[in-house]
Amino acid sequence: MKISVDQSKCCGSGMCVLTDPDLFDQNEDDGTVVLLQEHPDEAHEATAEEAAGLCPAGAITIS
Amino acid sequence: MTELISDELPTKRQTPFDPPAEVTEIREKARISRLKFADGHLGWLVTGHHQVREVLGSPKFTNDPSKHHMLDVRFQGEAPPERRKVEPGMFLSQDPPDHTRLRKMLQGQFTVRRMNQLSEWIGTIVDDQLKHLRSFDGRADLVKEFALPVPSLVICAMLGVDYEERHRFQEDTAKLLSLESTFQEAMDAMGRIQAFMRELVARKKETPGDDMISDLIATGEPTDEEAANMALLLLLAGHETTANMLGIGTFTLLQHPEQLKVLRDEPEIVDNAVEELMRYLSIIHFGPVRTATDDVEIDGHLIKAGDTVLMHVPAANRDPEKFPGNPEELDLRRPANGHVAFGHGIHQCLGQQLARIEMRIGFSKLFQEFPDLRLDVAPQDVPLRTDMGIYGVHSLPVAWSS
Repeated sequence: MKISVDQSKCCGSGMCVLTDPDLFDQNEDDGTVVLLQEHPDEAHEATAEEAAGLCPAGAITIS
Repeated sequence: MTELISDELPTKRQTPFDPPAEVTEIREKARISRLKFADGHLGWLVTGHHQVREVLGSPKFTNDPSKHHMLDVRFQGEAPPERRKVEPGMFLSQDPPDHTRLRKMLQGQFTVRRMNQLSEWIGTIVDDQLKHLRSFDGRADLVKEFALPVPSLVICAMLGVDYEERHRFQEDTAKLLSLESTFQEAMDAMGRIQAFMRELVARKKETPGDDMISDLIATGEPTDEEAANMALLLLLAGHETTANMLGIGTFTLLQHPEQLKVLRDEPEIVDNAVEELMRYLSIIHFGPVRTATDDVEIDGHLIKAGDTVLMHVPAANRDPEKFPGNPEELDLRRPANGHVAFGHGIHQCLGQQLARIEMRIGFSKLFQEFPDLRLDVAPQDVPLRTDMGIYGVHSLPVAWSS
């Protein structure tokens, strides 16, 4: 599994960090998404999918 | 395809916690249907969860109110008001790139990490307010003494607004959000709050403090007018919404003793309980509204450029396609993630992580400190905010054993 994030779409809602702080963080200045793990291990695959689905701006894609 | 057409939006609730039964019926017939607006415009009513997310997530809709056709209920059948231009800084009503530029100036202030760092401080505000509540000797109005003060104190301190000056905006906020205010009354109230905020920005420029408005000005990015209107949005959003969730949320839990017992027995589920209360109550009376800027197909329906679409969040949050089982029931253990009570798309609530923490701490401590909290009036006598854009209770008389 590969996670991709698009900072230009991100609106800083924090939903990804709330869902899995091991995978995502937020930039201190403008709150946009910071990807911590591009290739999540199996234990984090479900939360990665959930974060992508919850993102209000469609800034997270899973491939 | 024959389309379901509603001549007006049903807004009368039969029960305090549920959306109008007619809206639920409409959703079960058609998750996207047609709705007539005050000026005769045949727009759309979206009641399905998936469909609400699709509209709110699409870049082909604007939230610029000057583009929206208006609903009767807001203006009591008056001729549709003169269309208003969006003022600088009102990012909620703007589209990218203006919206993006302004929201980005604030996003860093509301991150999950920053909000978590405020937990302890918010805890002391809640503790102090509970002490204040206890001073009332066994009975009080929970809204006046707890639900409204907690988020007001928090947002005032964050913004650098003197809480003692709250009379300068609280009454006018109520007028602004009242569905019974005329357009002129609402605009006059808005003008007064704006004057207060402009004055505040001028004061902060002169004497900066350790607060969000001062920080915003210090970036040199927004104009004074933008800073004043941005701060105004944060002030309104910060105290009216969470206050109503705390008020009607407490009413809901008192009316669902078996669920309150779940929260007491399993305090660790409080975060999920907050999400479920958000889903179940939604607190936005109806809305939000968007207008298509381009022809767009949503779930097989062609929405034409210029069409106004009313999303019904309370109906969407009860959609059995998203929340299977019994979405009409409050179930604090239900996976409630993905509700649209904070909206969806680029305008999704900026302060949602703050609201979550205020609710988590507010509900937890309230029921810990007042284990025998009970209603002090018959449930049917609790005054509901059916007349306000943000739903909730006007007051909540409660009692406890001192």
